[in-house]
Amino acid sequence: MSEDRHINFKLMRDRIVGSEDGKNFWRSLEELGNSPEFREFVQRENPQHAEEWDNPVERRTFLKLMGASLALAGLSGCVYQPPEKIVPFVRQPQEAVPGKPLFFATAATVAGIATPLLARSNEGRPTKLEGNPDHPINRSADPGDRGSSATDLFAQASILDLYDPDRSQTVTYRDEIRTWTAFLGEMRTALDEQRAKQGAGLRFVTETVTSPTLGAQLKAILAEFPQAKWHQYEPVNRDNARSGAITALGQPVNTIYHFDQAERILSLEADFLSGAPGTLRYARDFAARRRINEGKHEMSRLYVVETTPTTTGASADHRWSVRPSELEGFVSQLAARLGAQGPPVVASSPGQSSPNDVYGSGWIGPLDRDLQQHRGASIVIAGAEAPPAVHAFAHAMNAALGNIGKTVSYTDPLEVNSVDQKESLRDLVQDIDASRVELLVILGGNPAYNTPADLKLDRDRLFKTKLRVHLSSHKDETSELCHWHIPEAHYLESWGDTRSFDGTATIVQPLIEPLYGSKTVHEVLAVFSEQYDRKAYDIVRDYWRSAGSQEAGSSRQSAAEQQPAPSPTRGPQAGSPLGVVAADFEAWWRKSLHDGFVPDSALPPKIFAKTESPDNTNAGGTPALPAVSDTQHPAPGTYEVVFRTDPSIFDGRFANNGWLQELPKPLTKLTWDNAALVSPDTAKRMGLENTIGWKGGEVLVDNITIHHRGQSITCPTWIMPGQPDDVITLHLGYGRQRAGRVGSKRGFNAYTIRTSDSPWTAAGVKVEKALGQFQLAVTQLHFNMEGRDILRTNTLEEYLKEGHGDSKSEHSGERTHVPAPDETLYGNEHKYEGYAWGMAVDANSCVGCNACIVACQSENNIPVVGKEQVVRSREMHWLRVDTYFQGPEASNPEGTYFMPVPCMHCENAPCEPVCPVHATVHSAEGINDMVYNRCVGTRYCSNNCPYKVRRFNFLLYQDWDTPTYQLMRNPEVSVRSRGVMEKCTYCIQRIQEAKIGAELENRPVRDGEIVTACQAVCPTEAIVFGNINDPNSRVAKMKADRRNYSLLSDLNTRPRTTYLGALRNPNPEIT
Amino acid sequence: MANEPYTEGPIHTTVPVVGPDLTFVSVTDKISSLVLKRKTPLWWFIGFAVSFLLVQLLLLTITHLVFTGIGIWGNNVPIGWAFDIINFVWWIGIGHAGTLISAILLLLRQQWRTSINRFAEAMTLFAVASAGLFPLLHAGRPWLLYWMFPYPNTMGIWPQFRSPLMWDVFAISTYGTVSALFWFIGLIPDFATLRDRARSKPFQIIYGMLAMGWRGSARHWHRYEMAYLLLAGLATPLVLSVHTIVSLDFAAGVIPGWHATIFPPYFVAGAIYAGFAMVLVLTIPLRKFYGLEDFITMRHIENMAKVMLATGLIVAYGYIMEAFFGWYSGNIYERFMIYNRMTGPYKWFYWSLILCNVLAPQIIWFKRFRRNLVVLFVLSIVVSIGMWLERFVIIVTSLHRDFLPSSWGMYSPTVWDFSMFLGTIGLFFALLFLFIRFLPIISIFEMRTILPEAELEED
Repeated sequence: MSEDRHINFKLMRDRIVGSEDGKNFWRSLEELGNSPEFREFVQRENPQHAEEWDNPVERRTFLKLMGASLALAGLSGCVYQPPEKIVPFVRQPQEAVPGKPLFFATAATVAGIATPLLARSNEGRPTKLEGNPDHPINRSADPGDRGSSATDLFAQASILDLYDPDRSQTVTYRDEIRTWTAFLGEMRTALDEQRAKQGAGLRFVTETVTSPTLGAQLKAILAEFPQAKWHQYEPVNRDNARSGAITALGQPVNTIYHFDQAERILSLEADFLSGAPGTLRYARDFAARRRINEGKHEMSRLYVVETTPTTTGASADHRWSVRPSELEGFVSQLAARLGAQGPPVVASSPGQSSPNDVYGSGWIGPLDRDLQQHRGASIVIAGAEAPPAVHAFAHAMNAALGNIGKTVSYTDPLEVNSVDQKESLRDLVQDIDASRVELLVILGGNPAYNTPADLKLDRDRLFKTKLRVHLSSHKDETSELCHWHIPEAHYLESWGDTRSFDGTATIVQPLIEPLYGSKTVHEVLAVFSEQYDRKAYDIVRDYWRSAGSQEAGSSRQSAAEQQPAPSPTRGPQAGSPLGVVAADFEAWWRKSLHDGFVPDSALPPKIFAKTESPDNTNAGGTPALPAVSDTQHPAPGTYEVVFRTDPSIFDGRFANNGWLQELPKPLTKLTWDNAALVSPDTAKRMGLENTIGWKGGEVLVDNITIHHRGQSITCPTWIMPGQPDDVITLHLGYGRQRAGRVGSKRGFNAYTIRTSDSPWTAAGVKVEKALGQFQLAVTQLHFNMEGRDILRTNTLEEYLKEGHGDSKSEHSGERTHVPAPDETLYGNEHKYEGYAWGMAVDANSCVGCNACIVACQSENNIPVVGKEQVVRSREMHWLRVDTYFQGPEASNPEGTYFMPVPCMHCENAPCEPVCPVHATVHSAEGINDMVYNRCVGTRYCSNNCPYKVRRFNFLLYQDWDTPTYQLMRNPEVSVRSRGVMEKCTYCIQRIQEAKIGAELENRPVRDGEIVTACQAVCPTEAIVFGNINDPNSRVAKMKADRRNYSLLSDLNTRPRTTYLGALRNPNPEIT
Repeated sequence: MANEPYTEGPIHTTVPVVGPDLTFVSVTDKISSLVLKRKTPLWWFIGFAVSFLLVQLLLLTITHLVFTGIGIWGNNVPIGWAFDIINFVWWIGIGHAGTLISAILLLLRQQWRTSINRFAEAMTLFAVASAGLFPLLHAGRPWLLYWMFPYPNTMGIWPQFRSPLMWDVFAISTYGTVSALFWFIGLIPDFATLRDRARSKPFQIIYGMLAMGWRGSARHWHRYEMAYLLLAGLATPLVLSVHTIVSLDFAAGVIPGWHATIFPPYFVAGAIYAGFAMVLVLTIPLRKFYGLEDFITMRHIENMAKVMLATGLIVAYGYIMEAFFGWYSGNIYERFMIYNRMTGPYKWFYWSLILCNVLAPQIIWFKRFRRNLVVLFVLSIVVSIGMWLERFVIIVTSLHRDFLPSSWGMYSPTVWDFSMFLGTIGLFFALLFLFIRFLPIISIFEMRTILPEAELEED
């Protein structure tokens, strides 16, 4: 029958109408009614008789198809397709597989110290930075060591600087756009003028230069212009360490510490776990020495004497806060006790007549004994901020303790030309004031902002020079005062070279063409040479081909004097390019680029003891000691000020980096601002208060005005437990006027009252309470565990005594009932066969460096929300590091502990059953998945999360429009929009990548193959991720440790993230 | 009449629930004239204008909210819910009195309900409408909320039936639907009365359509009574279920202060408490302005006050039990929660709540105050505020300090939180003003059945 027979009314009507005569009408109808067509029609028309459409698969498919076609029709109709020019690769680059990231070795340099990196490149866009595990500083001698992929937080965040839309984009002259050739022309003219007077009016200002190529370039220019001068200035320099070394050892040195060998460590103002050169290696070695497990029951002991709380102090077994004025006196006492030879004359003062009055008299004895008992296995380390005398004493104490050559070694300075930077700056300022400077070339840095108050390169001073050139990535305070501004290429766009703290050179290779018309410092310096249009690539390569060999040789000169000549058994590929034939150079170059370091370029150790003559002041290899100035007790009513770099934005160079601005500072959890730290007692006396505001993350603080040498600043205060009384800590880096849309006009500028003679402290400062309150944005309001079982802490002694019994400690909170896994109403729980992902966080290793937060932000496309939103407690960090202070006294906490808190991935996740739309669900491998596209944003999951690790996009936080940010994002991670909940995924994209890779090779995922972003960046390996079903995995072993516990285990959430309690190893002699 | 001395005695038998002078005719005249004849008083225009302005504020807020995101409010992490859910629960609570009066009291044959049930039902409906806005708009992506309905979809996903929010969807939509039906069906005979009495053509047409052809035949009455009874039966469990389920939003959570078994009865009692308070707030002025003392007698007022007192005592018991459980549990988090409520940064909210909801209503024990309309009016407002504070205490103070001190936070509303709340109050009153202007605020035909005349005829 034909298809249309069922509903063909026409056919039926025709039968009626077309019947022969009217009389048969009724009959016809009956006939019609009896016809099979009509019966079928009736059946179809009446629902009771309708044919059942009872094939469920068909119905579903139909609905799906209908829905899909509707959706597709809608999509194609509604989405505006922007015109895009897509040019396929004509020739596919070698190794480039679309969708597969490539990794390139390079290095980030901050204050002259390189952090070796492996940069991830997705389709030619650098998207994430990891440490280079092949680099010697990230690798121990152990051949089984896989190397550390840690970076510090500055290197981690530097990728955001590359894509910063506020970067300057063109060469400008007096704020007008010019071409590079116009600049070239003008410089050549100016140079010709200078050539006549041998460059007498030519000055170069750089930051600390460790780059061999840059040094060679500068030296070549200075050779051509003998009257020209090269000044180095950086606000955070190692002048004190340098002059301390000169006092003690007669020459500047670079000191390298071997914490893996150290049983006892005394830190004098040294924040070596987060702020010093080599901090990554030091933190790693330090943590390794203190890692306790079933097989290892010993840990080192760290004593910290510091003027302001640091993360290193937080990790200490004993921490003493000291006023800056008391430090030298204490150190000289200790040095005398330790028998550092040639005890200095400590000028007696009335305040010091009684030994009980001397700072540290209660514990200096046990400290002294403990260090003496570990001769050759101890470290005395002084921080860059400590005064020169303390450095000199530290050298002396290390020598007296026999540590030199064991836990402490010396090399030549890393700098190409080690200078006292404040003297260098003073020299420049004098020349400018005497109008001797005609062409001032400022290569990097921001001296108009960060020079000391008495040597300020301010408008008045700079305007005394005829022509000023500034190379910088942003148009900053200095650019504003210079005629020419050259945009500086980011290191991910440039060729260059640099050195890490042990001197190992890395050739910096670009991952991307400069986004704008930026130039590298090498290219700018080339302008002042004969070959003025050379590219950075040629400059760097040629240096390493030829001049580099001499440079490498010269850096070895001192070594060659003291050590046997480098053994000829070393293969040519291992040695410096010295003597490498041209053909081999290409291979050497490629290998150095690929590996991310120049092999064997670490500076050789210097040994003073064996070389110095006995009649030298450094008799017997003991460093000379300085005379200690009398301990200046501060005049009553005055305060001492301590200047420190900001833990997040350093000296101000990262002020426009949103990730770092929003990064909670480790001990205060402050974001977006700096504040003057005062001790609780001082605050009480001055009537200062921190009041928790009502908005969420808001703290209202009182302001103070600080007067020092005719300058004054008004700043908000923060009451800091552990801060010495009458000492005010100011963090540098804020108060930028021209940083960009993120960093401008935030906080106060502490450089205003910083002077060159005492860059890290100021005494005799007048302070008064100022009017008004200031709103600070903080991410943690309570630093007290309230007696709860949150972070378990114990002493090593107690811990070992407890043996395998239930661990209990007086410090940790009330232990609550932990339900057994089978204690449930619901049987048939999901069995995790195959993979079961889990994480273990060793709170004993965490040093609170915050790098994990930034790494997570970078890997997972986490937006920055701004101060106003942090005030509303809406920060988006998936991973936070909680800080807890312990002890009855708020003014002097017994302990400070850090606890990284990512999502716990509970097996009984409270967030899952409350979501009305199944937007957060459990994976078969035990991961609490978040389905962004399904989320409607009820926030019930966040309310019900006992750990409060979920983050909600209250507003459209993600910047969808800025094109550079689009380049930056990790293509493997969804970019979340407004109204959606998000949280830690255990870097699910990395898990999937490893699983796919393993599946292709038909094998299970190996332990260590999946490394979460936070784990990768952690210098102390505190975070370990893996398959807990595999008993041999590192994570499973950690979870089997006696210290392992679940956070809030009494809620029976059964977290996959567990913690290993923190241990401290206090000296039993000190109570 | 209304000032006549009140005589003590069993309520249903001796004391009439209406004024003695009313007849069939006078009842119909009096109530229908409010809509049809009486000149619209000035206060109506003023009141409606103010409410209408607030509705505009609501629309402005909603527009800003949908275009910008719920970040315009003060919510944060840890306080994911705040004014949005507080106001939701508050409005839903207010919406309880209507159903209780109409359905449960109908089934219990409490005749005195007749004077106030129409009004209370309308109030319920408008409160539910105001309440419904909040869960709808509190979501981050409200345009996707239809995902909460179990409809066949191409994504192949059902909603999550374990989530109390899912239960809310059903509870509230059912409650809204049944309340609306109940109210409308109750109105049909009165629509017919208005249709017959209306003079102007448009009113005749509109009321005529709404009356759905009601002619008052025995058959109509028979079906009507059956339908009304059935709906009353349907609505009765809803009185208990809606707020039980709303309370499960909290009780199903793990947060100390939420995770409590006492929540369902305590929430239901609280809802009735709040509902009666709101009925009183609205009735007392209305009765005065429209001269309805004959219909809504002191007996009604007193009965409502007594219900308020009874439910207030249940609520007070709930507060005591919450504190007791917090202490008795021995759980460090529960104990802290109670301690924090009483002494934490939001302690004034807690103590104001105790003052408003526990201490203030005790004056109802005294007949002198119970019969004083001014006192009762003020007290009802106090109780309404107290019930709002109760939700604030439960939601905000529980969330702001939960398990980990590191994630503790604070909350303060923004101007948009207030504008949304004020806007819904405006919406509620605007609807109410329209209701008292265009619909009979007291059920005409039901009033007639309780007149002495009707009793005679039945005999």
